[in-house]
Amino acid sequence: MDVSMTVNGKAVSGGVEPRTLLVHFLREDQLLTGTHVGCESGYCGACTVHIDGVPTKSCMVLAVQADGADVTTIEGLASNGDLHPVQEGFWERHGLQCGYCTPGMIMQAAGLLEENDNPSEDEIRHGIEGNLCRCTGYHNIVKSIEYAAAKMRGETPPAPEWEVAE
Amino acid sequence: MYPREFDYVVPASLDEALDALASNPGAKVLAGGMSLLPLMKMRLFSPEMVVDIGRIPGLGDISDNGDHLAIGALVRHKQTASSDLVAAHAAALAEAASYTGDPQVRARGTTCGALAHADIAADQPAAALALGSTMVAASKAGRREIAAADFFVDTLTSALNPDEILVEVRVPKAGGGSVYDKLGRRGGHSDYAVAGAAAWVKKSNGTVEDARVALTGVGLKPTLAAGSMEAIIGSDGGADAVASAAERATEGVTVLEDLYGSEAYKAHLAKVYVGRALEQAIARA
Amino acid sequence: MTTTTSALGGVVRRKEDPALIQGHGVYVDDLKLSGELQAAFVRSPLARADISSIDTAEAAAMDGVVAIYTADDVRHLGDLLAQVPVGKLRPLLADGRVNHVGEAVAMVVAETRAIAQDAVDAILVDYEPLTPVVDMMEAASDRTKVHDDLDSNIVFSWAAHDWWGGVIDLPDPRPGIEAAKQRDDSVVVSLEMKNQRLIPVAIEPRSVVASWNPGYARFEVYSSSQIPHALAGALGKTFGLASNAVHVVAPEVGGGFGAKLNVYCDEVLVCFASQQLGRPVRFTETRRESAVSTIQGRGWVATTTMVGTRDGEILGYELEGVADMGAYTQNFTVVIPLLGLWVSAGQYDIPTYWKVDCVVTNKPTTDAYRGAGRPEALYYLERTIDAFAREIGMDPTEVRKKNYWQSDQFPATNNTGLAIDTGDYAKAMDLLLDQADYAALLEEKQAAQAEGRLVGIGISSYVEICGFGPSVLSEIGFGWNNYGLPSSFSGSGLVRVNPDGSATVVIGTGPSGQGHETTWAQVVHDQLGIDYDRIMVHHGDTTESPMGIGTFGSRSAAVDGAATYEACQKVKAKAAVIAAHLLEAAVEDIAFGPGGPHVVGTPGHVIGWHEIADVAYRPHTGPDGMEAGLEAHAVFSPGNATWPFGAHLALVEVDRDTGDVEILRYMAVDDCGNRINPMIVDGQIHGGLAQGIGQAMFEEAVYDETGNLLTGSLVDYPIPTAGDLPSFELEHTTTPTDVNPMGVKGIGEAGTIGSAQTMVNAVVDALAPLGVTNVDMPLRPQKVWQAIQDAQA
Repeated sequence: MDVSMTVNGKAVSGGVEPRTLLVHFLREDQLLTGTHVGCESGYCGACTVHIDGVPTKSCMVLAVQADGADVTTIEGLASNGDLHPVQEGFWERHGLQCGYCTPGMIMQAAGLLEENDNPSEDEIRHGIEGNLCRCTGYHNIVKSIEYAAAKMRGETPPAPEWEVAE
Repeated sequence: MYPREFDYVVPASLDEALDALASNPGAKVLAGGMSLLPLMKMRLFSPEMVVDIGRIPGLGDISDNGDHLAIGALVRHKQTASSDLVAAHAAALAEAASYTGDPQVRARGTTCGALAHADIAADQPAAALALGSTMVAASKAGRREIAAADFFVDTLTSALNPDEILVEVRVPKAGGGSVYDKLGRRGGHSDYAVAGAAAWVKKSNGTVEDARVALTGVGLKPTLAAGSMEAIIGSDGGADAVASAAERATEGVTVLEDLYGSEAYKAHLAKVYVGRALEQAIARA
Repeated sequence: MTTTTSALGGVVRRKEDPALIQGHGVYVDDLKLSGELQAAFVRSPLARADISSIDTAEAAAMDGVVAIYTADDVRHLGDLLAQVPVGKLRPLLADGRVNHVGEAVAMVVAETRAIAQDAVDAILVDYEPLTPVVDMMEAASDRTKVHDDLDSNIVFSWAAHDWWGGVIDLPDPRPGIEAAKQRDDSVVVSLEMKNQRLIPVAIEPRSVVASWNPGYARFEVYSSSQIPHALAGALGKTFGLASNAVHVVAPEVGGGFGAKLNVYCDEVLVCFASQQLGRPVRFTETRRESAVSTIQGRGWVATTTMVGTRDGEILGYELEGVADMGAYTQNFTVVIPLLGLWVSAGQYDIPTYWKVDCVVTNKPTTDAYRGAGRPEALYYLERTIDAFAREIGMDPTEVRKKNYWQSDQFPATNNTGLAIDTGDYAKAMDLLLDQADYAALLEEKQAAQAEGRLVGIGISSYVEICGFGPSVLSEIGFGWNNYGLPSSFSGSGLVRVNPDGSATVVIGTGPSGQGHETTWAQVVHDQLGIDYDRIMVHHGDTTESPMGIGTFGSRSAAVDGAATYEACQKVKAKAAVIAAHLLEAAVEDIAFGPGGPHVVGTPGHVIGWHEIADVAYRPHTGPDGMEAGLEAHAVFSPGNATWPFGAHLALVEVDRDTGDVEILRYMAVDDCGNRINPMIVDGQIHGGLAQGIGQAMFEEAVYDETGNLLTGSLVDYPIPTAGDLPSFELEHTTTPTDVNPMGVKGIGEAGTIGSAQTMVNAVVDALAPLGVTNVDMPLRPQKVWQAIQDAQA
């Protein structure tokens, strides 16, 4: 079947089998390999992208279901070379180690902050419950999202936990 | 990770969808896909045809129809969880929806889909039962209404026929107060229910005039706790009455053990959560 | 911008991150080789059965199916190699019999993954079921033998006083411990505890793609491996090639935790298929496949006994246990308990008898999972100390402090004959208690208990052994070199100053998120003064990297890092000669600072590295007789392992009605010696804690009596989510090691080694007023509730 959609602002189309998952269309047909596959049950969240602005697990969507949709992947999150505040937060606050869950985690966090730019720690933790990370224990992911939230509110982010030598 | 091959149709109207179902006995309805697609990816279930109802207009709203709320087939968990209407008239369902899955699943999965899937440990079926909901099933032959109490038939089996679509669930605006509470598999409210209970209570003049209590996670299907209902209706709703009602939580219910709980533990939890749900529901009533 | 300094002990943003946060990191499954084929496996649904027939006809006829292989096709390649080949080696494809659910029976190679999977479904295998041996205690009884050609299901036994194989003789501690038990004033406690099987769950599933070039007679292999050099060695040996005819690249690797510290059958088989078919062949496991075909961890049952006096002096500790190897031996399978043995007496100077039997069962193979033997050993020891403290009515922190090796006793030769390098255990514990305001916590607990709430405090301290390691360990039997390279546990680093004054650093590690590109750049920047941004670090490529044995056992900084440090000294020595020549100064008057070398006392007049390099690469402009070039390679083989340590505390509350455990606080003091980048060190601790707490709270590979894994997907095998964990409160002490020139010990596994028993100790403490003395992991609500019921019955 033919599908057309907007991916990272660009109109794309292609022929797919009905059984092709959106994540495979993105990775294999569009060569956007930043979106990762970590499981098949839909629990890990590594494949999270935005469909029409909504964070969605792209392994839980058929490519044909996304026909006509506006899809944003991790590759399209930065604008004009400027990192999204969540990307910046992950870099500044060591929100990633192996980086495999990171694209999905960032996409989910960006969606979370779009709805609420001043979440509590508890809201952040429950807001990323659908994204599994095995490296960070989530501690610095929470700090990274708090950093991004402050930036998005136009405030100075909380100081890092480690000492900053001048 | 790769489903078996299937035919895919994406009807533009409900009639088209019902036609597709009627003419293809091996067809399966796809709405949010949060339960169906993982099963297909793991090849645990492989329908010959998928009928994607996602583009049918008019199914995505929660509406106030006077004596009941109507939740359409494409209303997402997140809509149910955050709807003022649902919060006002069916708090148990809002809570159940807010505990379903994870943020991404709630943004895409549907309340009707969770009901039709009839998982033994899902949240919203218990709330639908306690609230005395009615399922509206459509087929080419027309529509029929199915009481929630008759809807959950067995493990992963609802009363829907293969050619039917659950087009809406109707939740009565019956007043009173309702609650859903559970123990999740990872503790707290996280993940599917090890056991959970929903309760709806209506009081008048200091007496529990009417009530429904439902269980999830403990048996073959989400089910009403008839013993608890009998015990609490007509009581003063005080601590003793709640305790007596909780004690009868599994009366007539087949309790089954699974990976997350022995029969004894699940029966115990059923009592704990019926007690907790009733106590809070009475406070809200 | 919080970036400030790249000096050792400083924090810099990671070099790895810009690619990873923008989706530009390249993992194995993100690479595509031209014309590649896709592999999928037929896997056994039974734990033990004879294969009577395999019918591939229908699958072979399907469009897009290129080849199907069974044992008949690959038998000539031999079994899968293991570095420690004790027990039963794994056939590449099941040969006549399957021995665990998930064992590969046939391999399909097809044009697409979906077609490969369709073909797998179409292959019919007839099995004659046999009775599986699932339970490890049943296996230890030898009533049913798992493998006909082994004398016993017990394939090896480890004893702490008798593991050197004659290299060192240690006394048998049993008579002394027995005498202590007979003393009138001694108290004896005993516990039987399970340390359950776990599934590692690196979020990136394993993936490998191999391409054979018959012209070059060389394999090109991309694999999500922690041990690229070892993989090259093993593949070379399997295919009769020199290890340099196998080019292995481990690009970005999405978490390892030991699961990728193995050579796998699929890695061999894609090479074989590529050689046969003349096209690249790829295999990427699914999550459920990973659960049964990638290694699992832990899986021990042990009984411990502790004897001591009422004033807290421990007179002896005994452990007798069984460890589940699974059906087949892979890389380090049988030596995992040895890592526990080395820390069997932990941070205490106490007589210790410690024996673990390794048994085979009809389950997937176990091997190194974060901590590997050490979390098990410390779990048993630290749970037992708590039981002893409770029995004598003494605060558990006091009992620990009373029996620690004292700070003036190092190097301390422990019960296994190894010398613990450095330590100050009481200092770490005191800092923990101070940070926690322990006295106030105890009051808070008592107040809660007075209200009928079940609040508990859990304490553990730990020592681990890592930074492997002295090459003398290769004397203790076994081959250790079956992968075609000696596992003498050295590390290497190459530092090249390029003509433009930038530096290229090439190391032999195989990181999977540990931030080596950042940390190594800090070391080189610190030593040479080259701008951090002008240093690029490469790893994981066997033709590019110097010899390395990979990243595991918290060893990279302490061994390969030290090698890189030594390489820097060589570069400096040469640069000093050139600088002295240019500055017309004496070599001994040359110092190194930011930007480059200068004459002592005039740090403002540095010679840029590009100027030094210019001379180095045009030797006629330098001192007479100077060798051209400006790079150095060093191999570092440490004289000892390193021994990090720490102390952890958890505060929990248990819901009496449901058994649900809430973690209120988690505090850790860890000492890994000098810290190169404290941000990265803390990150390693956070992740380790999450895995230890995950074991304590949720995780368990559960098998039914037929050997079927009931928890093979993430639905049933819950790893912690953000909502399940608290923020962690970390502190540290710094006790450098003298084993390497940087004084660094290693931190990758510390969090895991210290945390599981801390959690369980906390829950047992919470339940102690109800009479509960033991609860096994995982602390699922049902188990906690059941412990309460049992205690009150």
